[in-house]
Formats: sequence, structure tokens, C-alpha cells
Amino acid sequence: MAVSLRVIPCLDVHDGRVVKGVNFENLRDAGDPVELAATYSAAGADELVFLDISASSEGRATTRDMVSRCAESVFIPLTVGGGVRSVEDVDSLLRCGADKAGINTGALERPDVIDEIAARFGNQVLVLSLDARREEGMPSGFGVTTHGGRRSAGRDAIEWVRDAVSRGVGEVLLNSMDADGTTSGFDLEMIRAVRAVVDVPLIASGGAGTAQHFVEAADAGADAVLAASVFHYQSLTVAEVKDALRAAGHTVR
Amino acid sequence: MVAPRVGLLDYGSGNLHSAARALSLAGAVVTVTSDLGELRRQDRLVVPGVGAFAACMRGIDAVGGRELITGWLAEERPLLGICVGHQILFGTGTEHGLETPGLGVLAGSVEKLPARRLPHMGWNDLQTPGDSRLFRGIAGERFYFVHSYAALVAPPDARVAMARHEDVAFVAAVERGSLSTTQFHPEKSGEAGLQLLRNWLES
Repeated sequence: MAVSLRVIPCLDVHDGRVVKGVNFENLRDAGDPVELAATYSAAGADELVFLDISASSEGRATTRDMVSRCAESVFIPLTVGGGVRSVEDVDSLLRCGADKAGINTGALERPDVIDEIAARFGNQVLVLSLDARREEGMPSGFGVTTHGGRRSAGRDAIEWVRDAVSRGVGEVLLNSMDADGTTSGFDLEMIRAVRAVVDVPLIASGGAGTAQHFVEAADAGADAVLAASVFHYQSLTVAEVKDALRAAGHTVR
Repeated sequence: MVAPRVGLLDYGSGNLHSAARALSLAGAVVTVTSDLGELRRQDRLVVPGVGAFAACMRGIDAVGGRELITGWLAEERPLLGICVGHQILFGTGTEHGLETPGLGVLAGSVEKLPARRLPHMGWNDLQTPGDSRLFRGIAGERFYFVHSYAALVAPPDARVAMARHEDVAFVAAVERGSLSTTQFHPEKSGEAGLQLLRNWLES
């Protein structure tokens, strides 16, 4: 008996629609979020992550409405990130039917918000969404980025993830901004570097192109593997990823 | 068959939306409220819970949930506790070295899982008792867990499903008389979770 390795389709949502681009640029429409969520759930997805990349408050309200509609019909865990800056933001997402909230820029700007959210809801609701890339001059060689990878946060990624976990995030979603959208494989060195310093569950993200890539990420220490475009454009199914993981000796649902 | 009326105790703990929606889909007419009079008029009671044991106990006490739950069980009416709603039925909860009394309906304490990877998060399998009502037709399925604390010792007077995280065995579900509880979230466990809720509604 053991907890199984989770396979998580990620839906980048912009004003209520699922979109996908390379390195957060050239966004293309990839479908209706509620329909996609139901399809992925039926296909064996273990969880879904929505990242709200809307720039406006209207866009965010549209996303919350979309999460509510998803929670009506999809009975697997839903994580929602994007624009989370306060206890109230998390409260509002949980009330819409989200099970976990992802936090990124909001925590970098004011790390105390992690302590506040964990004190109110427990650390299991809070996912640190970490957009990191190789960056010269950082002690670990990995730096944190903001604004979808466009700006350096001027912080070492490994030092930040340690701090965030000690403050109370219950999970880390590690997204490689170098690998994101390239379909050339996860950044395994970065996964190993983060795995070495945190004991909370680790979701690997960015770069998936083949089923074997997911196996490599799991072998590198990820508890869950996440991808967007390979699933949206149907170059891989959740079942194919799970078959590859199972064949490599990982436990899957 | 007349749809069973289910009261979902609202004491300010987390996401009730999914539990209410899943119970409706499983065939119940669901009322989400903290109004004790209205809850007592329902056929069945669900006690949810997310987060910390002590915070949930405070929430339960603030709405008068302690008397509701113990009275409900004394009358042998059907009750389902989910996650922290399962944990608070035990004798005590220990968090950060501080003991908080629970409702004491089930013998034993709820403690931090002595495991490396915490929270225990994801889909796990269970060892279910052969004569289980809850797991009828869904033995061998995986269910979704998210927690860092658990009862490590099975109450001696109940039918218990056990699960394991790393090397640690813990209580995943309890059935005793009119009481059913799950450490996992049936409302987040896909089709197997919905079937467990249907089983509970029909038991």
C-alpha cells in the first residue's frame, strides 16, 4: 500500500478560457475549462491545476465562476493559482470549490502571507507555485522569476523554497521556465535540487513532451507530474503517461 | 425511494461546496447549515472538516455541534464524519505538542504521522473489512487523502479500514453502529468516492 504518483493536467486560464503558449507568450485558445476538466477527470487525471493568467479583476472573477462550475461536476482535487495575495483570496477560492490555492508573486512580495494562510486553513491548502530558471550569480544556480518568467525576482530558488516550506506551504509546484512549453523534457537537475531540501510533496512541471519524460521526473523525486500542452493537443493521454510510469515501477491509480 | 435528507454541518470549515454537490449527485437532498434545529430534522448528518484539529473543535463548539453530534449518535442516527470530521470523534488530538480533547466517541488519539513526506497527499489504497457497508463493491479502489495527522491505532470496537503512508499504518475509515467516518475525502475521490457516498446513503 502506498500513495500513488499523481498525473496532473494543468489548465492555464485567461478570462475563463484555457490557453497555451510557449514561455507564456503567443497564447492560443485550447478549449472550454469545464469541458476539459470533466474530460481529464474521466480519463484518469488525479487532480487538476488551474493557473489564472488573467490580468484584470474581471478576468479573475470569470475564473472563480469557472472554478465553481467545475466543482459542480468534477470530483477530483482542484488547485487554483494566479493573483493570490491574501487570506481573503484563498478563502474566496475555497468557497468557489477549490481544494488548494497556488501562491507565487504574492508570497514573494510579502512572505508573511504564507504564515497567515497556513495558520487559518492549514498548510495542506497552500501550494507554492515556483517559476524558476537557471540564473547566473545565484548560489544554487537557480533563480526565481515573476510575471510568467519575464522578470528575475532576484532570489535564489532553493533558498526561497526552503523559506516558503518552513513558513507553511504544504506542497511545491516547481515550474521550469527554461523548459516550459519546449516539450524537450523536465529540468531534472532542478527537480533533484528542490527535492533535496523539501519534504512536502513536489509537483514537477515544464517541458513534458513524451511519456518517458514523466518517468524521468518521477525518478528524479517528483511526487506528481504536471503538463498542459501535451494533454490539450492530445499528443499524449493521461493513460499513456500512467502506463509508462507503471512500466517503470511507479505506483499509479 | 424517497431521497434521504442530509444535513451538512457548517461550522466554518473549508470547502463544503464539493461535499454538498457530491452528496446530491449520490441521491441526497442536502441542507448546508449551522442551525441545529434544522439539522435535527434531517435523516442523516455529515460532519466535514479541513485544517487543524483544535480550530475545528473550536468551530464545532461555537455552533453547539458537540451536543448535536453526541446526541445524534446516542439516538443511533446515521452520521458520516469526513477528514477532520473523522478525527474529532476520537479522544484527543495532538498538534505541535498540545493536546486538545476531541468528542471521545471513538477510543484513541489523533497524532502527527511519523512519516517523512507530509502532508500525506494523494490517492491511496486501503485494507477494507470484509463485511463493510461503506466499501461494498469498491474494495480495491483508491481514495484521495490530504492530511498530516491520523489515528494510528484502530478503535477496538469498530470495523476499521487501514491505510499506509510510508511505513506507518493509520485508520482510514471507521464503521460502528450508526457511525461512519473516513480520513480520506469521498467527495474528491471520483467515481469510487461517489459510490461510497451512495453506499452510506443506502446503509
